[in-house]
Amino acid sequence: MAEARRVNRMWRNMNAKIAAVPMILTTLVVFVGGTAWTVLYSFTDSKLLPRERFVGFDQYERLWSNSRWLTSIENLMIYGVLSLVFTIVIGFLLAVAMDQKIRFEDTFRTIMLYPFALSFIVTGLVWQWILNPEFGIQSIVRGLGWESFTFNPLNNPDLVLYGLLIAGLWQGTGFVMCLMLAGLRGIDEDIWKAARVDGIPTWKTYIQIILPMMRPVFITTLVIVAAGIIKLYDLVVAQTSGGPGNASQVPAMYVYDYMFQAQNLGQGFAASTMMLLTVLIVLIPWAYLEFGGKKHG
Amino acid sequence: MVDATIPANTRTDAEPRGAKPKRALSGRNIMIYGTLLVFSLYYLLPLWVMVMTSLKGMPEIRMGNIFAPPVEITFEPWVKAWSQACTGLNCDGLSRGFWNSVQILIPSVILSIVVASVNGYALTFWKFKGSDIFFTILIFGAFIPYQVMLYPIVILLREMGLYGSLWGLVLVHTIFGMPILTLLFRNYFSTIPEELFKAARVDGAGFWSIYAKILMPMSLPIFVVAIILQVTGIWNDFLFGVVYTKPDLYPMTVQLNNIVNSVQGVKEYNVNMAATLLTGLVPLFIYFVSGKLFVRGIAAGAVKG
Repeated sequence: MAEARRVNRMWRNMNAKIAAVPMILTTLVVFVGGTAWTVLYSFTDSKLLPRERFVGFDQYERLWSNSRWLTSIENLMIYGVLSLVFTIVIGFLLAVAMDQKIRFEDTFRTIMLYPFALSFIVTGLVWQWILNPEFGIQSIVRGLGWESFTFNPLNNPDLVLYGLLIAGLWQGTGFVMCLMLAGLRGIDEDIWKAARVDGIPTWKTYIQIILPMMRPVFITTLVIVAAGIIKLYDLVVAQTSGGPGNASQVPAMYVYDYMFQAQNLGQGFAASTMMLLTVLIVLIPWAYLEFGGKKHG
Repeated sequence: MVDATIPANTRTDAEPRGAKPKRALSGRNIMIYGTLLVFSLYYLLPLWVMVMTSLKGMPEIRMGNIFAPPVEITFEPWVKAWSQACTGLNCDGLSRGFWNSVQILIPSVILSIVVASVNGYALTFWKFKGSDIFFTILIFGAFIPYQVMLYPIVILLREMGLYGSLWGLVLVHTIFGMPILTLLFRNYFSTIPEELFKAARVDGAGFWSIYAKILMPMSLPIFVVAIILQVTGIWNDFLFGVVYTKPDLYPMTVQLNNIVNSVQGVKEYNVNMAATLLTGLVPLFIYFVSGKLFVRGIAAGAVKG
């Protein structure tokens, strides 16, 4: 790199700088500028249009005393924790199963990963149909003679998050499986040989040797899945529209509704700033672990 | 006797070498294949239900089991979903959303890939002061919730006169596709030997001619990966479509949601499932055709540069 740079004259490098203009504009204007703008205007009382009348933390006080927002946050935490635990556990178990030199590996992978190619709208609508109490799983089990069987998560405020979870896991676990499988395949064969020579049983090798070695893969997966969960929106819109009542509301929905439906921009900005804060809480420790100690090429 | 046992012994000595002969139905295999099969059922079930429901008439759906194959196959729900399903006052079916999505998709894919590949190229071979800082911001930008940037972009597009238009949405897709695609191209270009680049420089080739004549032709696989990533990503987008376009320009996902979740009228589940399947066909087609390249595309985000 250094020699190449020495060869370049200032005016020749101009072309590269011109080519980088879209990137520079995107990072500075949209990512940095846009984020700063939203954070700044979350301290105003903007309604239909943004205006510079600063009101301190009023919007945040209103936000945290709004029951719909509190439900959204609670839902996101419950859904988030369950979704993280289940995607990672299922993804890892499936990857281990796939790593046993099995037959039809490609077929299994194709089956597990195709939901990931589908949109959350499609995912939400299909599961809405399967979980439909009149025609779906509940009615079929009842038809088999178990008359009192109830499985109607989408219309039960206590269970609706699990209805979303079934759909969310269906869409995303195959992807996590692929990441984990890539991680498992990246582990040196010699480690396995050494463990076998020492007579360590396979399951113990996985838990005591392979799991710790896969730490970077787990962390990366965790960050990617967590960032996706915080953005959770389309799936809820399609599957439950936030209902029954407000039982399956999520923060992204609150933001959208206040910004574009209720014409209360300030609330929307405050809510989205809180979303950003949540991401930073996930992201900063990760960035510290990932880039903190060692220098990156 | 002695002579006879020796060869036998050596044979048994030789036998344990190599893999232990496996029984096809060992407990271990039953567990592995059992797990995989149970999960495969879970993954396949919705596809099966979608296809079966979309091929039944409404009377059969009301009476029967959603998992059962149709007694009488009908393609009417498909026709209806494509050309007659209603959103609000419009009753011209999902076809409008489909063509809107196509019109959004093609320029978005081209523009986002051109911009990102040039970024990756500049970041690999033409580093300038501060280029790595922009790259870092770009990667962090991938994690910022879109909700934070939704409204500032509304203002920007309004200033540019693009708010509510197709080109506004194309621009939004280009912006939000940039982090992951730039990472993808940068990682790929950095595996290309620098000598090649230097030789081209010695021969007098400039920024654009090296990109077009040397780098692009030898990086076709990564362009295919990027196309797969963008086609599925942009086709499946919902949020940007709903925020940055008007109802008559809504992409297919938005229109699908409006059709299925509309509260008016009698619910026609077969038409709904046909519509859902129609919307999923494009990414499914890409997925099944692309195979391992799809895996490579989605893994690109997880592999650090």
